[in-house]
Amino acid sequence: MIGVISYLVFFATVASILSIAVLGLNLQWGNTGLFNGGVVAFFGAGAYGTLILGGTSQVGQLGGFALPYLLALLGGMVCAGVVAWIVGLLTIRLRHDYLAIATFGVAVAFETVMRNTDALGGAQGIRGFERPLRETLGNGFTYNLAFFAFVLILLIATYLFLERLIQSPFGRLLRAIREDETAAQSLGKSPSRVRLTSFVAGSVIMGLAGGLYATFYAFISPQDVLPILTFQIWAMLIVGGAGNNKGAVMGTFLIWAAWTASGWALSRFAPLEVQLYTGSIQFVLIGFVIVGMLLWRPQGLFPEKLVVSQSARSKNEQ
Amino acid sequence: MQYMGNMADPILSIRNVSKTFGEFRAVNDVSLDIHAGTITGLIGPNGAGKTTLFNVLTGMLKPTSGTVHLDGQDVTGFAPDALFSLGLGRTFQIPRPFAKMSVLENVMLSPMAQVGERVWGPFLGAAKMRDQEATIRKRAMEVLDFVTLAPLADQAAGQISGGQMKLLELARILMGDPKLILLDEPAAGVNPSLTRTLIEKIEELNRDGKTFVIIEHDMDFVMQHCDPVIALAEGSKVFEGTAEEAQNNPVLLDAYLGAQVE
Ligand SMILES: Nc1ncnc2c1ncn2[C@@H]1O[C@H](COP(=O)(O)OP(=O)(O)OP(=O)(O)O)[C@@H](O)[C@H]1O
Ligand SMILES: [Mg+2]
Repeated sequence: MIGVISYLVFFATVASILSIAVLGLNLQWGNTGLFNGGVVAFFGAGAYGTLILGGTSQVGQLGGFALPYLLALLGGMVCAGVVAWIVGLLTIRLRHDYLAIATFGVAVAFETVMRNTDALGGAQGIRGFERPLRETLGNGFTYNLAFFAFVLILLIATYLFLERLIQSPFGRLLRAIREDETAAQSLGKSPSRVRLTSFVAGSVIMGLAGGLYATFYAFISPQDVLPILTFQIWAMLIVGGAGNNKGAVMGTFLIWAAWTASGWALSRFAPLEVQLYTGSIQFVLIGFVIVGMLLWRPQGLFPEKLVVSQSARSKNEQ
Repeated sequence: MQYMGNMADPILSIRNVSKTFGEFRAVNDVSLDIHAGTITGLIGPNGAGKTTLFNVLTGMLKPTSGTVHLDGQDVTGFAPDALFSLGLGRTFQIPRPFAKMSVLENVMLSPMAQVGERVWGPFLGAAKMRDQEATIRKRAMEVLDFVTLAPLADQAAGQISGGQMKLLELARILMGDPKLILLDEPAAGVNPSLTRTLIEKIEELNRDGKTFVIIEHDMDFVMQHCDPVIALAEGSKVFEGTAEEAQNNPVLLDAYLGAQVE
């Protein structure tokens, strides 16, 4: 029994962390129409940033700043934001598929740089990170439960932050730019500035997810920032419903469950020769899910709702 | 006709404006003045360069050469958002609603300097934002009411008719309280009753001091409501005068009607 609960906590922790990243992508794609094809770069920047800032010093490895954990996590988010800001300045004029290709390239470059820079852990990854409060809470179930609670609080905070944001005039501005940049500009708005703001804000949120992910495993390596993670995160958003934060979270839990279940089922029931290809088969399945969803239900399971400027409405209804 | 401004000080003044696409001269050395308080009709056959001229005036395209002055200020090459804030509003030949936003939200977008438009606004400036939103919403409903779209406020803007979209575009720019409004074929593809509404609104706004430049193919519309009339053909200005003169002008008949008939 405790085994099952323990597994569920583990599952929910990872799914909640990924939900945060999907919410970040939803701000960029769902609300602003920015096609970020390199989610892992920002996720990774947050992860590496957090571990380098919060870790103990290791021979030949940058870091060991041993900052208090929350500062390290915040620092990871700042790293993601800075990377996004630079990438954004360079690419934000690129629209749609061009932006997707450019950001995809950035993510691949990020992984390559991490893999080949020994000071950043190289292929081995970053080690020497102590999970916060481990002394007090131990290494077992209590710790995992406490960490899950921490992640859940951050997920809820992120969700509420974004809900409030997209129902505000800022959200209206994002949607207008998503719907028709030219028209928005003819009404006095500055699309490039708004696109950059949204890109950085979404990436900072991805950085938070990355920081939590690295904290959970007390480890990050180039293996964790492969393009497949970008595709998984996209699949979660598309299945859940771009433009709908609730959908983004639901989609994450659904796809992550399907991913874990398919991995488990393949390794359990498939013939040995097939098992060798579990990973590849799962990649193909993710591809099918994305394409299938775009064909049959492009708006996702929870389609975007028409926002009718609630803040003003509730206050000013005659 | 009632002039709000001084004849000597045009609200919009363009000098020797050209716009080329590669070898092709879409707008060719056009100079003209628009005076405050007028409704200017801009006519010319298909492909004459009317929309391109609008795009240059509103900053969507940079002129290849020439200058544009708005209210005496050189605004050549200014971006569309800057020009809107200086009081220049425009609508599009093919309507560009924010399709997946409600009609009301489309209109509430326009006001400048909204506190809530900054990413921290909804958190650090929440109280001010709510006040602004209340004001903006009230004004948006008034403007929607004015253009007869109030009953559609909560509809998705992509779902209303083409004519209603043209009214919506007018409502959107009215929120910014522009001095000069450029309308690109407001009556094209719009049913007669909506066209009548639109004309009434234009004339009402004009009486309140707003200046219009209207691209229109419907000659009856132009003859009845526009004065002066300016005609373009193959990128060049070929006529400028009153509606009456336009009707009897041989050059114009040749350039415009000739091209129209063949
Ligand atoms: N971006 C562009 N690139 C190349 N050619 C263009 C571009 N925009 C317009 N043109 C060309 O410039 C010419 C003028 O086009 P414009 O749209 O200004 O005409 P118009 O007078 O508005 O015509 P209509 O009455 O059909 O709307 C046309 O021949 C058009 O094909
Ligand atoms: Mg045109």
